[in-house]
Amino acid sequence: MIHINSISKSYGDVKALDAINIEVSDGEIFGLIGPDGAGKTTLIRILTTLLLPDSGVAKVMNLDVVKEFRHLRKVFGYMPGKFSLYEDLTVEENLQLFASIFGTTIEENYYLIEDIYKQIEPFKKRRAGKLSGGMKQKLALSCAMIHRPEVIFLDEPTTGVDPVSRKEFWQMLKKLKSHGITIFVSTPYMDEASLCDRIALIQNGNIMSINTPENILKNYEGNLYAIATNNKRDLVKDLRKYAHAKSVFLFGSHVHYSEQSGIMDKQGLISYLSRTGHEEIEISKIDPVIEDCFLALMGNKKEIADA
Amino acid sequence: MLSENSIEVRNLTKKFGSFTAVDNISFSITRGEIFGFLGANGAGKSTAMKMLCGLLYPTSGHANVAGFDVVRETEKVKRKIGYMSQRFSLYQDLTARENIRFYAGIYGMSDNDIKTNTKQLLEKLKLSRFADVQIKSFPLGWKQKLAFSVAVFHRPEIVFLDEPTGGVDPVTRREFWEMIYATADRGTTIFVTTHYMDESEYCDRISIMVDGKIEALGSPKALKRDFQVASMDEVFVKLARPTTAKSE
Repeated sequence: MIHINSISKSYGDVKALDAINIEVSDGEIFGLIGPDGAGKTTLIRILTTLLLPDSGVAKVMNLDVVKEFRHLRKVFGYMPGKFSLYEDLTVEENLQLFASIFGTTIEENYYLIEDIYKQIEPFKKRRAGKLSGGMKQKLALSCAMIHRPEVIFLDEPTTGVDPVSRKEFWQMLKKLKSHGITIFVSTPYMDEASLCDRIALIQNGNIMSINTPENILKNYEGNLYAIATNNKRDLVKDLRKYAHAKSVFLFGSHVHYSEQSGIMDKQGLISYLSRTGHEEIEISKIDPVIEDCFLALMGNKKEIADA
Repeated sequence: MLSENSIEVRNLTKKFGSFTAVDNISFSITRGEIFGFLGANGAGKSTAMKMLCGLLYPTSGHANVAGFDVVRETEKVKRKIGYMSQRFSLYQDLTARENIRFYAGIYGMSDNDIKTNTKQLLEKLKLSRFADVQIKSFPLGWKQKLAFSVAVFHRPEIVFLDEPTGGVDPVTRREFWEMIYATADRGTTIFVTTHYMDESEYCDRISIMVDGKIEALGSPKALKRDFQVASMDEVFVKLARPTTAKSE
């Protein structure tokens, strides 16, 4: 459905994308996961024909994003990161406008957006500018889907959205997938990775890893431990000073910790922490989550750069 | 003048027409505490925070911040606090040094203090080499760390952080929290909002707002125990959308 072959883009001296390669199959939910400035928006703008790459080739539905942009624009769906509907048109008018631009009617593809649109239909006479954040998001998704695209691009649809609304949004995406639509979505939230079929972890214009979430977790090297003590504020500092520490990261209620040698001397660590004044020491071996993998991959990159 | 509590809020309410954005909330925060202020979009967090910063008058109720009344002594409150948000923080077309100079000047620091402390700060942030570069070319993580440092540069009693880590990469996000810890250890009270539930665990206590009311308040450990769940994420879901939680 999407072929990205060695796409690069620079802004002045800044390399926003550095020879990116991605293949997305029909009907997949593909997640582009990384922080602000990683290159996510640049890549989506190239794929949606809004920005020209410096080099490389990209095709969406077998149409070249540069040479066949006119044709391509008619067939994909796009929900930009910034709310881009007409704020002084009503909910209904926005949807009608998008339907007529794409030569269709609301009725024709209503089945596709019904679940989403039903939730904002009570407010269909309200101007879009007067909607809450969650409702704007639902309207934007409805407008992006009204011409029944085979593929939809979503640029950080859940950024700044609270955790509960984020979950609801992902349920809507699952529904679209069940209609056979390919979904290309970017997000800075690592915990959304597990909701995708495959993901690319992207940082500074480079893809650090591309795989199913399960395989990315499997590829994590070494053993990982979760540590908690009665003194949360000093725990990170003290662990970092410990001679055997390899990685030390705050992780919610615990600190995620790994040692240079794969196997840990648990007693040694417990007595070190006791000596530095920690009590109620808990240490348990854990499975990594995607954010652990991202942190480890970022660390590798840094080491290579420093070497 | 220094009391144990940095912030005392009693029956604070804000109405916009017939809509009650903040509905009779009460809490207090002790000096040096890291207090997480959570809630879904539209729950009333920003409105409450604006009242505490002296940017919006309450409809009724009282709030005392750094020993001053937010209505009667607004200007004194403003001088005792620092503020940083994800969207509004620094001037993009000023350099790092100019941004520090500008905000320190606003907060009435002496030229001498500004000069010595600026050098130290730039070194600590490893920004000395980039001190005279317009910050618009900085990566987001640098900007956010600089914005935080600027917000606490005049050693305020309390710093308000409105989603300071949104979109920041996972490594920088953690470095940012270590800066928060170091600042709290110096005695500055931290008042912070975030959508990252793992970050709520880094707070000493948190409150969760739902429809203008504070529905839960306590340490992360206590809240997880009270709601009988394993993570703050589940506490949040149970509170923010009781109906969704039940149907799932």
